[in-house]
Amino acid sequence: MYEELAASRTRRTVTATARLMRALHLDGMLLSGVAAVGFFGLFVLYSAAGDNTVLWFSQVARFGIGVAVMIAIAQVPDHFIRMVAPIAYVIGLVLLVLVMLAGDVGKGAQRWLDVGIVRFQPSEIMKLAVPMMCAWYLHQRPLPPSLWNVAAVLMMILIPVLLIAEQPDLGTALLVVAAGLFVVVLGGLPWTYLLGGVVVAGAAVPLVWSLLHEYQRQRILTLLDPQSDPLGAGYHIIQSQIAIGSGGVFGKGWTNGSQAQLEFLPERSTDFIYAVIGEEFGLLGLIALLAGYLFIVGRGLYMAAQCRDAYARLLSGSIALTFFVYVFVNAGMVTGLLPVVGVPLPLVSYGGTSLVTLMAAFGILMSLHSGRKLLGS
Amino acid sequence: MRRVRIKDEHLEQRIFLQRSAVAAFIVLGLMLLLAGRAVWLQVLQHELYAGKSQDNRAHPEPLPPNRGIIYDRASRVVAENTPAYQLELVREQAGDLDTTLAQLALLGLLEQDDLERVRQLVLSRRSFEPVPIRLQLDDERVARYAVHRHELPGVSLETRMARHYPFGAIGAHALGYVSTISEDDLARLDMERYFGTGVVGKTGIERAYEDELLGSGGYREVLVNAEGRRVDVQDGKVGQLRSRQPHAGRDLRLALDIELQRVAEEAMAGRRGAVVAIDPSNGDVLVLASLPSFDPNGFARGISRRDYLALTEDPDQPLFNRVLRGTYPPGSTIKPIMALAGLEYDVVRPQDKFFCPGHFSLPRSRHRFRDWRREGHGSMNMRNAVMQSCDVYFYRLANTLGIERIHDIMSRIGFGAPTGIDIGGERGGIMPSPQWKKTAFSGREQQVWFPGETVILGIGQGYWAATPLQLATATALLATRGRHYRPRLVRALVDPVTGAVEERTPQLLPPIELKDQANWEVIVDAMVAVTSGPRGTAVRASRGALYSIAGKTGTAQVYTVGQTENYDEKKIAERLRDHALFVAFAPAEAPKLVIAVLVENGGHGSSAAAPIARAVFDAYLVRGAS
Repeated sequence: MYEELAASRTRRTVTATARLMRALHLDGMLLSGVAAVGFFGLFVLYSAAGDNTVLWFSQVARFGIGVAVMIAIAQVPDHFIRMVAPIAYVIGLVLLVLVMLAGDVGKGAQRWLDVGIVRFQPSEIMKLAVPMMCAWYLHQRPLPPSLWNVAAVLMMILIPVLLIAEQPDLGTALLVVAAGLFVVVLGGLPWTYLLGGVVVAGAAVPLVWSLLHEYQRQRILTLLDPQSDPLGAGYHIIQSQIAIGSGGVFGKGWTNGSQAQLEFLPERSTDFIYAVIGEEFGLLGLIALLAGYLFIVGRGLYMAAQCRDAYARLLSGSIALTFFVYVFVNAGMVTGLLPVVGVPLPLVSYGGTSLVTLMAAFGILMSLHSGRKLLGS
Repeated sequence: MRRVRIKDEHLEQRIFLQRSAVAAFIVLGLMLLLAGRAVWLQVLQHELYAGKSQDNRAHPEPLPPNRGIIYDRASRVVAENTPAYQLELVREQAGDLDTTLAQLALLGLLEQDDLERVRQLVLSRRSFEPVPIRLQLDDERVARYAVHRHELPGVSLETRMARHYPFGAIGAHALGYVSTISEDDLARLDMERYFGTGVVGKTGIERAYEDELLGSGGYREVLVNAEGRRVDVQDGKVGQLRSRQPHAGRDLRLALDIELQRVAEEAMAGRRGAVVAIDPSNGDVLVLASLPSFDPNGFARGISRRDYLALTEDPDQPLFNRVLRGTYPPGSTIKPIMALAGLEYDVVRPQDKFFCPGHFSLPRSRHRFRDWRREGHGSMNMRNAVMQSCDVYFYRLANTLGIERIHDIMSRIGFGAPTGIDIGGERGGIMPSPQWKKTAFSGREQQVWFPGETVILGIGQGYWAATPLQLATATALLATRGRHYRPRLVRALVDPVTGAVEERTPQLLPPIELKDQANWEVIVDAMVAVTSGPRGTAVRASRGALYSIAGKTGTAQVYTVGQTENYDEKKIAERLRDHALFVAFAPAEAPKLVIAVLVENGGHGSSAAAPIARAVFDAYLVRGAS
């Protein structure tokens, strides 16, 4: 009798939560995934930040801002998100040109734009504006896209990417390319084109090599043989592999990673935090984290498939897959599978702008999903 | 006709689902790849990396090399290494860097002005590297550090060999100094060799022979515990500790004679100027004095920003190397060489006489080029013209030679180009010519070469600018009758470990062959007359010398006197007064030493510069300073 009452109360609470979620246009599953990875990330960051509690609290604050941004964007009607695409794209382009002309130089690259109170990277806007623009362009046209339309979309991707790569910011350029290409591929780019593109890209490797900055070439060369420069460019990769490998299956325990805590591991709270997880939480920690990411990507793709129109589908799909690219490029670089490109580990790495961009992307995903669906839920 | 396609919502939906399915599989595959990589590193390779992680606890501790010692030509130590206390900071142990630095400033261990520089320095080195932040601490500061050391994590007091210059300011411009490695230096240095070394040669010999003096740094690995602090014994398995022995730098044996240098600097004391003394038989630079000087020990200790500004803002410019970088009109010191040019080009014979009325004018010109002696010198042959420094004679000679021939021979002798002395920073001065004027000026009317500009070159005025070192080298040309050597400060390099000596062979400069070798003697004879003949301009300064001197006085104009004005020494501000010059070699018949002296705003070469040269000659030839 009492148990039944308790069960019904639980049921009521669940339904109430679900109702609230729907009212706020939030997706409970996605939110849980993001929250799980996010909390785990904060937990790890507390250790990676060492004595620097200021850093940890500021990341907590940024998470708060990120969640607020996500909820706010989720309230925006989906047609507005469609309408705003070309405007966001043009503004982003203008800002990129401004950065080139008058940007602040930080760590040797010209990425920042100083607008009085805030300094931000316009390239962050492009991570969302490019896929939005591509999806907006394609959704008005019959799919699969014609050769002409594909060429147009490629131009839309290429222009901002060249501006970003020039800054130079290889990591962001890569993510923007990925985000744009995913839209075309999901839109039905014929496989033959895709194959042709791969061949052309392969042929372009020598050309790209000649355009790369010396430090970028060095990173690629160092990847092939990290031991060649153990105190210089290879230092990052060697130290992060030692950190992960020495963690073993169960890890050395929270705040007990000697690699991370003794500062052998560089950039341990930002780009190389994946290695801290590997060292302190071991294989189990990494697998749990990867599972969390897989869940978020999977949920994102599922939500995309439910969307009613091409724009929403393409954009949502691109957001989910780009999120995966973040994970893969970062984890690949830290474990020595890929060259060191500056891509943070999403939801875990310390850093403001990219976290807010990510949360904004999830907000868009939720907004588009909560619009009228094609398949009943 | 173009086929019009319409949107097919169901087709698009199907395509999307297909594509997402493929994407999902790829995502899954790549996730498994990441997981597989984690398994590879953490399970299969775990042993290897666990070992390496243990090794990582062995920190390299620097073993800095001993910097080469510098000896003068009489084997007196002029730059040595003495043990001194210095503060070093390891960034990864320092906690919050800014707090630590602020604390150091509060304790007076760092100057407030220097904090930013030190901060940049520390950040520019690797985090585990000890960076010297304050060199050569005095006892009082050592004590203060000892009391407060617990408040200063990552800061340690180390005994290191520090550079010391026992003669202080004497010879500072030749020796140069070492000082803290700056951010600019980082770009040009191989930091691997500087592991544990906080200083680098900045100027003079210390800079030019940096590669030889430095040697290369070594290291020794020490075990550190989980807090990064050093431990001597560790339980269990200990990885192999590596080390590399440092290689000491090579010692230098200089041509410089520090006691002769002292004589020169004391003779010049209180004035601004330069003294160069060269052994004409091999180019050895025995004296390279630029006054005022500075104490290089200040730099080696780590000069504070305030003291540094005091040096750079001093109007007397103590850091300016006048010997190498000061360019002045050579004035009348050039007359013997100009006379030589006249003989070589056959435009004049030694016995030819010209009348000096006290001024010279070009044909069809009213402009009067005035002689320093208003009433004129009367009838002058070459010997008298050099001896009395008659300007009119040389106005006429320069006009007859013409600018092309003057430029040609003076360039061959070395004017307008650096002498190539073995330390850096040397200037070439200006040997003017119509071509030079075209590149030096942009205005069309300024690019024209006027005949009058040739005339004043005859007395070493106009655009002509030479360094004291060039004047000494050109005088050595006369002393050696055309076979002079490139000036050099370092005679030999010695490996302190093996004792191997590398002698530097003297380098002959392009020799000057005269058509008639007897002409050398004509010129040298005239220069001897300057110091011994009746009305010779340097007779007073040479009186009582136990050897014969061949010399020439000079006065370089700083201030242009108007056509109708008189030059009044007393009325003209000190800074606008003429520079006094004197070049000489002795003994005239078998020269052992060539000297060039410049006294900025000293007035007359005979009264201001010649006595300084005399003091150096006496010390070297009579007392034998070495």
